[in-house]
Amino acid sequence: MIRLGVPSKGRLMEQSFDWFADRGVRLSRAGSEREYAGRVDGADGVSLVLLSAGEIPRELAAGRIELGVTGTDLVREKLAGWRDVVTEVAPMGFGHADLILAVPDCWRDCETLDDLTSIARDFRAVHGFRLRIATKYHRLVRAWLAEHEVADYQLVDSQGATEGTVANQTAEAIADITSSGATLRANNLRILNEDPILRSQATLFASRAAGGTAMTGLLSQLGL
Amino acid sequence: MISKRDKQAVGQRLLAAFRDAGAAEIAPDILLPAESLLDLYGEDIRARAYVTQDPIRGEMMLRPDFTVPVVQAHMDDGAEPARYCYLGEVFRKQDMGEHHPENPRDNEYLQCGFELFSRDPGADAEVFALFHRLLAPYSLTPETGDMSLLLDAVRGLPVSTKRRDALLHHIWRPGRFRRLLNRFSAPVPPRAFPDPVGPWAGLRSEAEMQERVDRLRADMDEPPLPEQWSDRLNRLLALRAPATEAVAILEGLAKDMPAIAEAVARIVARFDAIAAQGIDPARVIFDASHGRANMEYYDGFTFSFLAPNTVWPAVASGGRYDALTRVLGKGREIPAVGGIIRAGLIAEMEAA
Repeated sequence: MIRLGVPSKGRLMEQSFDWFADRGVRLSRAGSEREYAGRVDGADGVSLVLLSAGEIPRELAAGRIELGVTGTDLVREKLAGWRDVVTEVAPMGFGHADLILAVPDCWRDCETLDDLTSIARDFRAVHGFRLRIATKYHRLVRAWLAEHEVADYQLVDSQGATEGTVANQTAEAIADITSSGATLRANNLRILNEDPILRSQATLFASRAAGGTAMTGLLSQLGL
Repeated sequence: MISKRDKQAVGQRLLAAFRDAGAAEIAPDILLPAESLLDLYGEDIRARAYVTQDPIRGEMMLRPDFTVPVVQAHMDDGAEPARYCYLGEVFRKQDMGEHHPENPRDNEYLQCGFELFSRDPGADAEVFALFHRLLAPYSLTPETGDMSLLLDAVRGLPVSTKRRDALLHHIWRPGRFRRLLNRFSAPVPPRAFPDPVGPWAGLRSEAEMQERVDRLRADMDEPPLPEQWSDRLNRLLALRAPATEAVAILEGLAKDMPAIAEAVARIVARFDAIAAQGIDPARVIFDASHGRANMEYYDGFTFSFLAPNTVWPAVASGGRYDALTRVLGKGREIPAVGGIIRAGLIAEMEAA
């Protein structure tokens, strides 16, 4: 039995269902809208598990599901050494989002990461603590800033409404996922003029521990 | 696999040797308040140290190194000169990137250390000679450096105070330092600052921004650093040779860079003192950039002892950290030099 984990609600679930339907595998919720059990038509030996997208990386790593749909951002943030844990089977062409660093739009002197680095140094001297970057992507952001040798900052945890932290003065900058940038603009934030920390999209992942003929059969049925 | 008991036994032997060298043993806490460590080391340490939560004491950290608690203990009730030794575990996470490490490191390992708080100019040589003597049986390669040499070289560059301070600040981050140096070596491209559109937001004030804008505008008029200066600095940064040769090259460089003359004289005196302890300086590497990639607190003499096994971290390392005592002492500064030996690696070499 191959257990396939798919996000349990919203656009991500619908688009995942469409993606599989285009390849002849019909996924649906079993019974009512409120139930998180799923139904699979058109493929043998596959069961559908509806999960929060954020839990799918962990479930893949734990071997409780063999296949899972989730964002590359979540896999890379949550699974240390992810390439040894899962394989990227197929990028699915939806759920595009960039992990970016954004600063207050009113900072006319801040366009690049070099600017932010220099501002962070000044900020620490004036305020006596390190410039705060609000994010929930601690590992990705820290690794990226370390690679770019940025030092005078600290991360503050923000699990939601991250764009509001600057106005609330609990952070000076944010690192978050954005697709259109509309929420950032509405909160008077501006993306730094750098390549994104990560370009993410919904991706079908397979647990490295899974394999066998059932898996190859399903993947070839999906045209992969 | 070497048992923890065997590693502990090696550690005890090293500790006894440090005691014989006049050190008083201290045993700092394992659970340390996270705040001062985070403030000192920044996010780097959060990626490497185990942080935990105490309902009353707040964020705590499993001891990631001994230097900070030892300095704090000395600041609280130490008299100078003071020699301290200690033995105990330090805890380090290894945050994996895209792959699991091929050679995972121990997440807890023993450090046996010696720290000397003294204004005696011979302190560097005393500590180095002590480590050299204890490590002599293991055919390790000693490498040394001196951060004050680089800091003085930067201070002597014909650039504005603002540029000099920026270079000094980033000296421990080689890539960023290089970019700054390149930028200061060319004319500054004109830069416009867009007009404000939205409302002001956040804790950083408009005045703070204006100050930086003024600074950037003033910087546009600053002439580029002449090439001969960046060449000299680059030659200095690239210097790596046995100490005897390095000293001769440094004395040559000091003719063009008078700002380093004092530091060079200190280095010469240090190697003389080291030679007087029966160590051949020709067998000690001097690398001007040694210590640059380390954590920021070494600001003078630095040293490490490397095993032929290149996968290993340095078997021993240390240096002078006057700047750290300045930060932790809140205005009080105590010259300090010290180092640690990884007892577990010694145990492995002895078992091999």
